[in-house]
Order: sequence, then C-alpha cells, then structure tokens
Amino acid sequence: MIAVKNIRKSYGRLTVLNDISFDVSGGGIYAVLGPNGSGKTTFLKILLGMVIPDGGKVLFQGQDISRSHGYRTQIGYLPQIARFPDNLSVSEIIHMIADIRNQPSKPEPLIALFGLDKFMDKKLGNLSGGTRQKVNIVLTFMFDTPVIVLDEPTAGLDPVSLIKLKELINTAKSSGKIVLITSHIMSLVEELSDEIIFLLEGDIYFKGALSELKIKTGSNDLEHSIAAILEP
Amino acid sequence: MIKILKYSFSDLMRSRWSFIYLGFYLILGFVLLFLNNDLSKGIITLMNVIVVLTPMIGTIFGVMYFYNSREFTELLLAQPVKRSVIFLGQYLGISLSLSLSLIIGLGLPFLAYGIFRSGEIANFIMLLISGTCLTFIFVALSINIALFNSNKIKGFGYAILMWLFFAVIYDALILLSMIVFEDYPLDNYALVASFLNPIDLSRILILLKLDISALLGYTGALFQRFFGTSSGLLYSLLMLTCWVAIPVMLLLNRSRSKDF
Repeated sequence: MIAVKNIRKSYGRLTVLNDISFDVSGGGIYAVLGPNGSGKTTFLKILLGMVIPDGGKVLFQGQDISRSHGYRTQIGYLPQIARFPDNLSVSEIIHMIADIRNQPSKPEPLIALFGLDKFMDKKLGNLSGGTRQKVNIVLTFMFDTPVIVLDEPTAGLDPVSLIKLKELINTAKSSGKIVLITSHIMSLVEELSDEIIFLLEGDIYFKGALSELKIKTGSNDLEHSIAAILEP
Repeated sequence: MIKILKYSFSDLMRSRWSFIYLGFYLILGFVLLFLNNDLSKGIITLMNVIVVLTPMIGTIFGVMYFYNSREFTELLLAQPVKRSVIFLGQYLGISLSLSLSLIIGLGLPFLAYGIFRSGEIANFIMLLISGTCLTFIFVALSINIALFNSNKIKGFGYAILMWLFFAVIYDALILLSMIVFEDYPLDNYALVASFLNPIDLSRILILLKLDISALLGYTGALFQRFFGTSSGLLYSLLMLTCWVAIPVMLLLNRSRSKDF
C-alpha cells in the first residue's frame, strides 16, 4: 500500500533521511521510532506531501505521490503539535475540515467520547493543550481513511483520554487499517505496535516485529532495547 | 479553491483590521468631499493617499496574514487539496478583502455625494482600479517575501523595505539619475522608468486622466501623448496586470517546493 523508495532529505548540511526504503502493505500498527531529530516527523510529512524529499519517491497504492494530492483523501493525519487558527471555534473547525475534504465524516461519536460537547462553541485559542489535542484526534478519526498517521498522539492527554485513544487505534487496526505512529512513550508502543521501524542517523536501523528487536538487543523490554541501541 | 478563498476571506472579515481599514476610507472620503465640496480636488487628494497607502497596507497585511495563518496553512496542506489552490485561495482572500474595504470605503461617500451625476465618474473608477491593482500587486509581493523568509522579523523588515523602495527610494533614484544625466534627452527614459514601478505608473495614469499633465511640463506632454491615447491606457493596464501575474506565478512556484 505504501512503498518508500530511496528517500533522501537534508536541511542544509544536516542530513535527516539518507536513502530510506521500506514497504508497508497489510493492515496493522507500525511504530516509527528513533531518538529526537532522527527524522520521524520529516518522514511522516514527506508521506503527506508537506515536505518535499531531495530524492527518491513514495508510492501510495502504486502511484507516485509527488504532484498528486487526491491520495490524501485516504490518509488521516494527526500533527505533532495541535495548532489551529485561534479565532475559530471547535465546531467551526470540524465543519470546515469536513467541508474542505468533501468526504463523509462522523464527528459526533468522537465528540461524545472525549467529552468535547461543552467546548464546541469555544474559540480554539482559549482551549488548553490537552483539549486541543482531543480536537486534533476528532479531526483525524472522523473520516473513514484506510491509513492513519499519528505523530505523538499522546501529547498532553490525561490517562482517561489516553485509554480512549488506544481503543480508537485498536478499533482502526481491527478494521484492517494501517496506522503509522510515532511516540516517545515506550509502554504505549509496546502495547500497540505490530511492527517497529527504528530510524537512527538517517538510516533504518531496524525494521521488524517487537520480539525480534528484543532478541537482537538481548533486552527484555522495549525501553532497554532502545537504550541498548542508542548507548551500546 | 472557492472554499479556501471563502475561509480565508471570512477569517479576515472577523479580524478588526479590515473594519478599521474600511472605516478609515469612509471617514477620509466623507471628510474630503463634504469639507472640500469639489469632486476633482477630492479625487486628486485621494490619489495621493491611495498610491502610497494601498501598497503599504497590502504589504503589511500580506506578510502579517501569511505568518499568522501558518497553522491554518499546515492544517490545509495535510488535506487532499492542491498546494497551488491553497496559496492562490489565501492570496485572493487577502487581496479581495482589502480591495473591498477600499471600494466600499470610498464608494459610499462618493455615492452619497452623487458621483453618478457628475463627469468625474470615469476618473473615480480609474482611481479605484489602480488602488485595487496596487493592492493585488503588493499583497503578492509581500507573500513572496514571507515564503522566502521563515524568520518573521526578517520577512517583515524586507517587506517594509520593499514598500519603501517602490514608494520613495525608486523615485529618488530616478530623480538623481535625471540630474546626473540632464544633458541628455531623458523623455523616453522617464517614460520607461515610470512604467517599471507600479506606484509611479498608477500615479501618472490618474494624473493624466485628470488632465493636469501640464503640471509635468515637457515630459508631461510626452506622457500625455503616450498614456492619453487608448493604446497607452491599454499598455499601462497590461503592465499592471503583469505586475500582478509575475509575483503570483513566482509565489505558486515557490510554494510548490517549500517544506512545512
């Protein structure tokens, strides 16, 4: 479904991604991991066409995504930092995105799930970081997209909402969707992910199941495996 | 694109600044007309205000809106919308809302004064056309500056410098060069030089339309010969259109390769 071929990207002299290639085909939860500044967000943004790679290409359902935009109807994206136009209200932004995407959307169950009803008329600029993140989640999950890209979805969420988010992700997985997720919360990754793509210094250091990574590093949990890779 | 345009436009209409800008023109229009009681004098005064003010407001609004709506732009970029549509929609949103403030703000006082019953209607329309063109030109130029500079302070600085260059420095340089080369025939040079600056071009267009080119002396006669004819007018409007089209193309081109 998603094929990444020889992607390169540098910002000035800093090479962020250096010849990255991999395939994601079946449904499941794929965790993109790596230390800070390893190019996780850059990679996800390349997939969405927000960052233009210096070389290589991304194929989405066999189609090159450069110069194309229609494929984004198939992707739900949750950006790392929930930033919205400050002077819009919650209900306005939900309507606006549904209107711009021109796709059927079901925001109501999600609004109820995260208890956003009482915030619907509030301006986005006046919301707390966690509430804004909930709006962010509603905007991502309200469309029925086969691919969901989550960049640090847990930022600012309280434990109750975190559990609800996990349920959402698991429901998406069981309906055969591809979920790409980045997170620094290792317990979350361990709990959810089927496959791990570990980026290190611009390369894919490891790609495979969680159990393989543990065997490779000889540790018994993910946190220590990662630490073993970063500080051998 | 209509959707992006609609949302940018309604976003700007919510902000107080559009109304302050509108209010300014309303007050200016009413005060000028009802204190002056002379339509053509009113138009000349307005011209002097418009050729300097619309580029300035266009420049400031252009950079300000672009930097402030970065979140909105990023949100849109992740949606299934073409990049060129996003940027063109936002550009038209700003330019149209500023132009509307100008047209409504000056239109109402002149309507109230009875512009349709006078012979000045053509001049007044010319004034509005050049004001609108200048708005579209300088919004496009300033968005370009913002696209090329991710640092807000730098972008703002360059934008103001750009306005200052076209509004003041350019004329000073032309004047200086004319003094230096005063022994040579400079009529065609002056004509071409004023053609290359949209502010000068608009000013001369209106001056000639008002038939006060005698103030410009011998060069004025030359200008009159060129701009006074319908082909001169056509060329000038064509030049103003180029001044809109080239920055817009540059903007779309730059937006295609920019990372967000």
